[in-house]
Amino acid sequence: MKAVALDESRSPDTTQQTLTVDRRLEQKATAIRIDIVKMLNFARSGHTGGSLSCVEILVELFYEQMRHDPGNPALPSRDRFILSKGHAAPALYAVLADAGYFDKKELLTLRKLGTVLQGHPDSKKTRGIEVSTGSLGQGLSMGVGMALGLRIDRLDSRVYVLLGDGELQEGQVWEAAMSSAHYGLDNICAIVDRNGLQIDGAVEDIMNIEPLPDKWKGFGWNVITVDGHSFPSLRSAFRVARSVQGKPTVIIAKSLKGKGVSLFENKVHYHGVPPTDEELKIALEELTSCGR
Amino acid sequence: MREMIATRDAYGKALVALGEREPRVVVLDGDLSSSTKTGMFAKRFPDRFFNMGIAEQNLMGTAAGLAAAGKIPYASTFAIFASGRAWEQVRQSIAYAELNVKIVATHSGVTVGEDGGSHQSVEDISLMRSIPGMTVIVPADAVETEKVIMEIARHKGPMFVRLGRTKVPVVFENGCDFAIGRASTIAEGTDVAIIAAGVMTAKAVDAGAKLSAMGIHARIINMSTIKPIDEAAIVHAAEQTGALVTAEEHSIIGGLGSAVAEVVVKNCPVPVEFVGIRDTFGTSGSSEELLEYFGLTASHIMASAERAIKRKKQG
Repeated sequence: MKAVALDESRSPDTTQQTLTVDRRLEQKATAIRIDIVKMLNFARSGHTGGSLSCVEILVELFYEQMRHDPGNPALPSRDRFILSKGHAAPALYAVLADAGYFDKKELLTLRKLGTVLQGHPDSKKTRGIEVSTGSLGQGLSMGVGMALGLRIDRLDSRVYVLLGDGELQEGQVWEAAMSSAHYGLDNICAIVDRNGLQIDGAVEDIMNIEPLPDKWKGFGWNVITVDGHSFPSLRSAFRVARSVQGKPTVIIAKSLKGKGVSLFENKVHYHGVPPTDEELKIALEELTSCGR
Repeated sequence: MREMIATRDAYGKALVALGEREPRVVVLDGDLSSSTKTGMFAKRFPDRFFNMGIAEQNLMGTAAGLAAAGKIPYASTFAIFASGRAWEQVRQSIAYAELNVKIVATHSGVTVGEDGGSHQSVEDISLMRSIPGMTVIVPADAVETEKVIMEIARHKGPMFVRLGRTKVPVVFENGCDFAIGRASTIAEGTDVAIIAAGVMTAKAVDAGAKLSAMGIHARIINMSTIKPIDEAAIVHAAEQTGALVTAEEHSIIGGLGSAVAEVVVKNCPVPVEFVGIRDTFGTSGSSEELLEYFGLTASHIMASAERAIKRKKQG
């Protein structure tokens, strides 16, 4: 299989080409959302809201940004992706299957006994998963270790770590943030899926994390805030992140929990609840109409 | 008089030798490199050493990431922080993914001494042993420590090595052939078997010599690998002696004694006496005073051996 090309290797985009790329990615995002709601409904458990909120981030990374090869997941020069907010596993599984890491038929085995698609990412079981996550707050530390290892081996691969906003309440995230800046790890790019909700309610009500850009800046990071559902915005942020030297970059991606299905959008209830059969029908109607 | 060397000193030395031989070895520490002796490696290989500051959870996560990038990380701090503060990071980031991280914890047990109970881990073997797939090794002396540090680099998977702060007698003056999961018999005997690990192995050897003078022939077994434990050695000892004593500088809840008892009750029920710390925290004092205070001495082992033999005869 052919590795996905880095966007630098492409010829400069014309407006027309950019539109085509974005249209294609939007269709991809919709297809991934359809897979997610189907998987979750079939599994009868899982996290709907936070899976739907990070779809554009994953699609942009796996189809436009990252150097990787679904035919050779151990490619030494690959960019690494860590899903620190492990409960969004359905979104990552849907992307990995679509990219060709495993058969799409596996998606409907999510969370079932004997599946390779565990409730949270398991690097021992799933092709394309770099490290095991699920217990929040641990992914960025593993990213730091990978980034240090890549530096020792003089590889120019990048490490992408996707965090939830509620997850930032974990102290370990800030230990990792401190160490990334201390070691000048400009090969790390963290992305915060800033959907504003956690299980018990609004992040600002449960445990306020603002002023978020100032916190990251204070820890020595380059900070970019973008619309987490806009491919052009995400793309330009990743491009800037790649050019920053001597410090890590965090992209605060403002997003909508449950994005793409009005019924689930910005609703706390759908953090950890799958669509019922009726809700699935409504969701698929909305998603397929926007996919046309 | 046997030579006295702290196992942490042997660790520092072995790590440098290992670093010369194995370029994949990297070392992490949490602001304790002068105490854990990883500072020796840091000086020799500054590009392969990472001081992670006083942040043990991130230290373990970073070690996991380095392992995922193909390195062989040795992650060091005091036992209480490695096993306690960062337990869930060891579980989720390292062990759950079966990553090749070697956690080498120093300052275990009450021989930490004057720093007191806050710093004396009496639970670490128990905590680490309960994590699926985690290998747990407690070397007896400096000679065995060097062997362990070199040997574990040759085997993949998460491992926890428990070392101490204080100088301890060299038991294996003539060398030892350490292998993961294999107990070594230091003295043969058929009246009772004393199974020990760490600083208690030297005490067990002393107890064995004194018992021998009294006409009691004790088998002395050094059980440096607590997990996976050498079941065959325990079963043979139980069958051939009919009475066991375990000796550890750790709580008797969940440590070596528990691991031995798990094998004994399943295969060959015989009386077992436990020498160890009895559901209590440590306290300040010198390491020798504390070993006496908590009953971790040759005379306590001897008394336990006599009790086990008596119980065998009553049985």
